[in-house]
Amino acid sequence: MCGIVGIYLKTNKFEKSLGKMLSGMLNNMESRGPDSAGFAIYKKEEEKIFKYSLCIGDLDFNKFKKEISKKIKKFKLNQYSDHVILKTPMEPKTVIKIINNSFPEISLVGYGNSIEIFKQVGNPKDVVKKFKLDSFSGTHGIGHTRMATESAITTDGSHPYSTGKDECLVHNGSLSNHNNLRRELVKKGSIFNSENDTEVAAGYVSNSLINKKSLKDTLVSGLKDLDGFYTFITGTKKGFAIVRDEIACKPAVIAETKNYVAIASEFQAMAHLPDVNSAKIFEPEPGIVYSWGS
Amino acid sequence: MKLDLKRLKLREVNEKLQSLDRKQNDRDFTIVNPEGNHALCAGLTEEININIKGHVGYYCAGMNQKAQITIDGNVGTGVAENMMSGKVHVKGNASQSAGATAHGGLLIIDGDASSRCGISMKGIDIIVKGSVGHMSGFMSQSGNMVVCGDAGEALGDSLYETNIYIRGEVKSLGADCVEKKMDKNHIKKLSLLLKEANIKDYKAESFKRYGSARKLYNFKIDNVSNY
Repeated sequence: MCGIVGIYLKTNKFEKSLGKMLSGMLNNMESRGPDSAGFAIYKKEEEKIFKYSLCIGDLDFNKFKKEISKKIKKFKLNQYSDHVILKTPMEPKTVIKIINNSFPEISLVGYGNSIEIFKQVGNPKDVVKKFKLDSFSGTHGIGHTRMATESAITTDGSHPYSTGKDECLVHNGSLSNHNNLRRELVKKGSIFNSENDTEVAAGYVSNSLINKKSLKDTLVSGLKDLDGFYTFITGTKKGFAIVRDEIACKPAVIAETKNYVAIASEFQAMAHLPDVNSAKIFEPEPGIVYSWGS
Repeated sequence: MKLDLKRLKLREVNEKLQSLDRKQNDRDFTIVNPEGNHALCAGLTEEININIKGHVGYYCAGMNQKAQITIDGNVGTGVAENMMSGKVHVKGNASQSAGATAHGGLLIIDGDASSRCGISMKGIDIIVKGSVGHMSGFMSQSGNMVVCGDAGEALGDSLYETNIYIRGEVKSLGADCVEKKMDKNHIKKLSLLLKEANIKDYKAESFKRYGSARKLYNFKIDNVSNY
C-alpha cells in the first residue's frame, strides 16, 4: 500500500496555495504510507535557468556551497533541510557530470527548468514540514507516501522518481517485469540509481518521451509493456496524467473543478480542497489514460 | 440528531450509533462533514435512519443490520459489504466491491459502481441505476443484482445462483455465466425491485437476465489436464 496524490491547476487562481493544497493531501495519506514521503512541484520556469534538486544528506551546506563555487561560476542555492535547489544557466550534461564526479555522497533527485523535487524517509507529516511544502507556489504538483514493499526504506527508494528533465512519476502498486525492462532500457542508454520497480516505470516514460511520443501515447503503450499492479501519476513541464492497470486493484479518485484537477488514492486526501464538494468526482477506469495539459 | 465529524471523532460517532438505547425514541440521525472517513456507520444493529451529508471512504455501512442509511455523495470501496439486512442508498457513485459478500438487505446506487460490484454476494439485492465495472458479480451466490446501465468485462464470472439483470450492454460474460430466460416470476421480482428503488422509466421486460450455466458445479474428468 502507498498513497499517491497530485494536483494540476487549470487556472491560476490557486497557484499561490498549491503547496498548501498538496501538503494537506500528503498529510491525509499518512495512513497509506507512513515510512517515507516525497513531492514534486512544478513552478513557473525562469528564463534559461536550470534547477537541480539535490539531496546533500549529512554534507554541511556551507561546505557544499564553497565546493560548488569552485566548479560552477554563476549559481544560486536554496536550502530546504537536507535538500538543496541549485539554480544555474549551466546545461544538465555538464552539471550532472560535476555532481557525480565531485560529490559522490550527493544524490540528484531531479532537474529541469520548472520541477523541484524533495523526498525523504520519515512520517509524511514531518517530511512535508521539513521541506516547508506549505510555502510553495506552482502550477502542478505530485506527491507520494510510501509503505515500502519492494525495496528498502531509503531516500533512493522514495518517490517521486525523476529520470528525465522536468519529469516525475509516483506509483502505488508493484511491477513484476521490472528487471527485464530495466535491462532493455539500460541497453537503450537509460541510467538507474536504485533497484526499485517504480524507477523502471519512470525510465520507461523518459525513454518514450525522448523518442518524441506524447505523454498520453507513452502511457497507452505502457499498459502493454508494464506488467503488474499500478496506479501511476506522472508529470512533465506542461503535462499531468494518471493511468491504472487493467485489473485496477490499486485505487484512485479524481476530483475536477473549473480551477483544478486533483487525484488521490482515497477521497479523504482531498476532502480539504476548496470547492471539492461541488467538484465532478469520479474513479478513473481501468486501462484508460487520463491526461491534462500537453 | 446531528453528528458532526469535524467536532466528533469517527470512533465516537460509530460507538454512539452502535450502542443506542433501545428505549430511545430519537431514531433519525444526520452525519455532516464525513470527509472521506472509512468504516463510517459500520456494524449498526438497530432500526434507525441515517443521512450522511457528503462523500465517505471505504466500507461505509459494512455489516449493517436493520439500519436505513442514505449517503448524499460518493462512497469508496466496499459500501455495505457483508450487510445482513436494512437499506443503504448511495446518491452518488460507488467504488469497487459494492455490496461484497452481503447476505441480505437492499443496496441502491444512483450513479455508477466500479469493478467487482456484488462480488461473492450471498443474498443481498443490489440496484445500480448507472453502470457497473469489470468482474461484477464474481462468484456471487444468491440474491439479485440489477443494473440499469452497462456491465464491464467478465460479468458474473464463476457465479452460483445470483440473478443478474442488465438493461444495457454487457462487454463480456465471465466463465460459466450465460443469458437466461426471463419467466413470469423473474419479471415479478424485478418489477418489485425497480419499484423499491423508485425506478419508473424502465420496465422489467427491458432487462436481460444472466445466471449460472452450472457447468462448473461439478468436476469433469475431461478438464483434468487444466489443473
